[in-house]
Amino acid sequence: MSINRREFLKIAGFGAVMGLSGATVAAAVKKEVEATGPYMTDPKGLAAKRWAMSVDMSKFKSDADVQKCIDACHQIHNVPDIGNTKEEIKWLWTETYEHAFPGNEDEYIAPHYKHLPFLVLCNHCSNPPCVRVCPTKATFKRKSDGIVMMDMHRCIGCRFCMAACPYGARSFNFKDPRPSIKRELNPEFPTRTKGVVEKCTFCYERLAKGVKPACVEVSNGALAFGDIDDPNSDVRKVLDANFTIRRKPEIGTHPSVYYVIGGKEHD
Amino acid sequence: MYDSGKIIVGLVIFIVIATLPFTLNLGKAVAKPSPSIDTPVINQMAKKQCVESKDDMKTAHMQMLNNWRDEVVREGSRLYTAKDGKSYNMSLQNTCMNCHSNKKKFCDECHNYVAVKPYCWDCHLVPKEGA
Repeated sequence: MSINRREFLKIAGFGAVMGLSGATVAAAVKKEVEATGPYMTDPKGLAAKRWAMSVDMSKFKSDADVQKCIDACHQIHNVPDIGNTKEEIKWLWTETYEHAFPGNEDEYIAPHYKHLPFLVLCNHCSNPPCVRVCPTKATFKRKSDGIVMMDMHRCIGCRFCMAACPYGARSFNFKDPRPSIKRELNPEFPTRTKGVVEKCTFCYERLAKGVKPACVEVSNGALAFGDIDDPNSDVRKVLDANFTIRRKPEIGTHPSVYYVIGGKEHD
Repeated sequence: MYDSGKIIVGLVIFIVIATLPFTLNLGKAVAKPSPSIDTPVINQMAKKQCVESKDDMKTAHMQMLNNWRDEVVREGSRLYTAKDGKSYNMSLQNTCMNCHSNKKKFCDECHNYVAVKPYCWDCHLVPKEGA
């Protein structure tokens, strides 16, 4: 049996119409299922368009205040203390001015600022290079609130993200971290395993419960956290009232962590 | 056939070795796994009911855990509404293991029997047993 050109076009056209309408019906059904699925976000949780943090160095009165934030973070997230700078795991740590803000260091900057312990962490960039390079999408930016997340189940430990991160915010587990956790384990949070990369997560597990990140809670107001999109949020109030800088803004990653350098309050 | 003697002897030796796991265990029954739900939290429950029915949990807990993982980590959803309308916090470490605090007698019992080694516990903490 042969068909002529006219018949072929008729059949092809009819088929295309049927195919398209089928696809829209399928999409509608899928949407329906998604809307009525058994999963929902906890209404108690905090929500934002994009989370951001400000670090006011003038409000840290001593090194102990800074250490308190680090300890709070590392305690609840079961962060190991490897004791070896080549293999250390860092979520929240301190850097000197010239390391935190390279390119801004001046020869005659007041020595006081050179030696401030700048609290640094993952910047939860709006344009995160780590997410771009991840081959498994183990690290990704949450659409809902802009947090740059890690999915440890997917991480294959290739460390591309560590090479990509311009802030050194990512650490690799060269060995099983559990023996190196000297503190009492937090039973509500997992540890990590050998061969995955980890970093600060803006305490997504606490935000889901409706509480602010652990470091913010113990910082006595030195750290402010909130929705950068909301003009009344804590972080926006700090940004409105102070001159702030960000780490390496020139490379276009749009970090979400802002620094108030402040006066000479810190000794 | 050249060297038939050597070949046949070789074949016999191969078959004996290849079937050794079966012949060695012939007639021996391995004890059936009997996961225990004897934990303080479960014992206090009036109606011993998991998130879904026992049969569903038995056959599909792995799919459920996979879905929970993806929902929590990637979508940020934390609550699961079961078929009976009850709502649960989707968490292996905080929800599942809160009731099933006996990993050795519950999880491992069947996992060892069927020789599967889920890597949950590389990261997730096991509740302290006997506490």
